[in-house]
Amino acid sequence: MAEAPEKSFRVLPRVTAANEHFWRGGAEGVLRFLRCGDCGTWVHPPSPICPSCHGKGLTPEAVSGLGTVATWTLNHQPWVPASDHPYAIAIVELDEQSGLRLMTNVVGCAAEAVHIGMRVRVVFEEHDDVWIPLFEPVEA
Amino acid sequence: MEALERRAALTGIGQSEVGRRLGRDPLELTLDACLAAIRDAGLTTRDIDGLATYPGAFGGNPGFTGAGVTDVHDALRLELDWYSGGIERPGQLGAVIDACAAVACGFATHVLCFRSVWEGTAQGKGGRKGIGLDGGGSGGGGRGFRASGAPMEYTLPFRAYSAANWIAMVAQRHFHEFGTTREQLAWIALNARRHAAGNPKAIYREPMTLDDYLGARLISTPFCLYDCDVPCDGATAMIVSRAEVARDLRRPPLRVEAVGSALRGRPSWDQFDDLTTMALRDAAAMLWERTDLQPADVDVAELYDGFSFIALAWLEALGFCGRGEGGPFIEGGARIDLDGEIPLNTNGGQLSGGRLHGYGFLHEACLQLWGEGGDRQVPGDPRVAVAAAGGGPLGGCLLLTRD
Ligand SMILES: [Zn+2]
Repeated sequence: MAEAPEKSFRVLPRVTAANEHFWRGGAEGVLRFLRCGDCGTWVHPPSPICPSCHGKGLTPEAVSGLGTVATWTLNHQPWVPASDHPYAIAIVELDEQSGLRLMTNVVGCAAEAVHIGMRVRVVFEEHDDVWIPLFEPVEA
Repeated sequence: MEALERRAALTGIGQSEVGRRLGRDPLELTLDACLAAIRDAGLTTRDIDGLATYPGAFGGNPGFTGAGVTDVHDALRLELDWYSGGIERPGQLGAVIDACAAVACGFATHVLCFRSVWEGTAQGKGGRKGIGLDGGGSGGGGRGFRASGAPMEYTLPFRAYSAANWIAMVAQRHFHEFGTTREQLAWIALNARRHAAGNPKAIYREPMTLDDYLGARLISTPFCLYDCDVPCDGATAMIVSRAEVARDLRRPPLRVEAVGSALRGRPSWDQFDDLTTMALRDAAAMLWERTDLQPADVDVAELYDGFSFIALAWLEALGFCGRGEGGPFIEGGARIDLDGEIPLNTNGGQLSGGRLHGYGFLHEACLQLWGEGGDRQVPGDPRVAVAAAGGGPLGGCLLLTRD
């Protein structure tokens, strides 16, 4: 059996009832955000009310996991020792809603290949009790 | 609408020794700056009835704050009618904007404002730490540390440990939409360095060339080492006085013509509506909504350069050039030189002068309006200056005039 690729060190999030859907959706292979049951608005980061209609009927819902790189940077600075500098940090906008975006890493390709407009799909990296949502290029 | 900030004036400035790593008591540095500002205004500690600072005594990476309101209040045995210290405000200069409001409302007559850092000494030889790593960040660091709440929770797990990463992505989007280049952005750093030569307190004063810049190691693309400001030790202070009493003081008062404190987009490093700019867009817009003066009236601009791109974004937001035109505007550096269209960061900014975290810009704006810039003085008797601080979700600015 092939060994799993070495995972980079990550500061992990503190999981709470409010954010569990986001950080643990990867256990089932899906990326979840809160969505308003009244008006359909997707909300990130999690909030107890909908910013559009102020409704409280927000529930976690899976997105397609498809999105587009809105911007990116290649981090060269060794903030912590790692063997994979430079690595790509990006802001990805999900297909579901204009402005529904998250900071993430683009993996599964050369860091130098990352660009604005790149189509990407979510993948998850498991660390302890959380699944970090990362993105890899969608094969053409 | 009457812009009530015009009831406020800057009447004195002070600054401590500034250095890369001074190893001095940060409260002592703070008090050096405060007493210098009080003396500069021709006042005594008995005249000071207001006190304001950013970020207060708590928070941030090691060395991020050298003193809070309580420290200075007690050390100088001030008798205060109004005081305010804290980090949730429109950028670093938000404390000064609050002071303007306080004197305009009559809560105080002379407000001592200060900002104190000792990041150089705190970081030691190890260099700048990432947020949340090894003691960095508020309450962060160490084994088992877990990031909680925005922005930490939604940045650190993605190995984005620094505002260098966060702001780099805004710069990258600007590069993409408008064709901005590293060769253009370089001029924020090169301009700062040439002006630092005229500032005896600046950290880096030796000449720097475009080749030096392009050859420097990368931090987070498009930023190289010279796009990042230099941590230092030092404190800066200024006095905000009620305008009607300011006339009787030692110096010609610098009236606060307008302030900008707005944040109309989302208060976030990564969720702002326009990824080519930041909160400073809104602060700058508000400033011009409150005055009949126009960008062409400004004689000198002291604009935050915690990362080079932030100064470029301020130039655009304040209307010194059009949106997206910052790159060509600064290219070659002539327009932002001391005798240029809009002299920029005349003391070397934070890139070469040292990361005094916003207050160095306001100090320098006052110095220029009083004609005391020495080797770096803007020619032609400047009468209108803008000082601005903050990047990401932080942004605040003041427009000053000398009658
Ligand atoms: Zn709703």
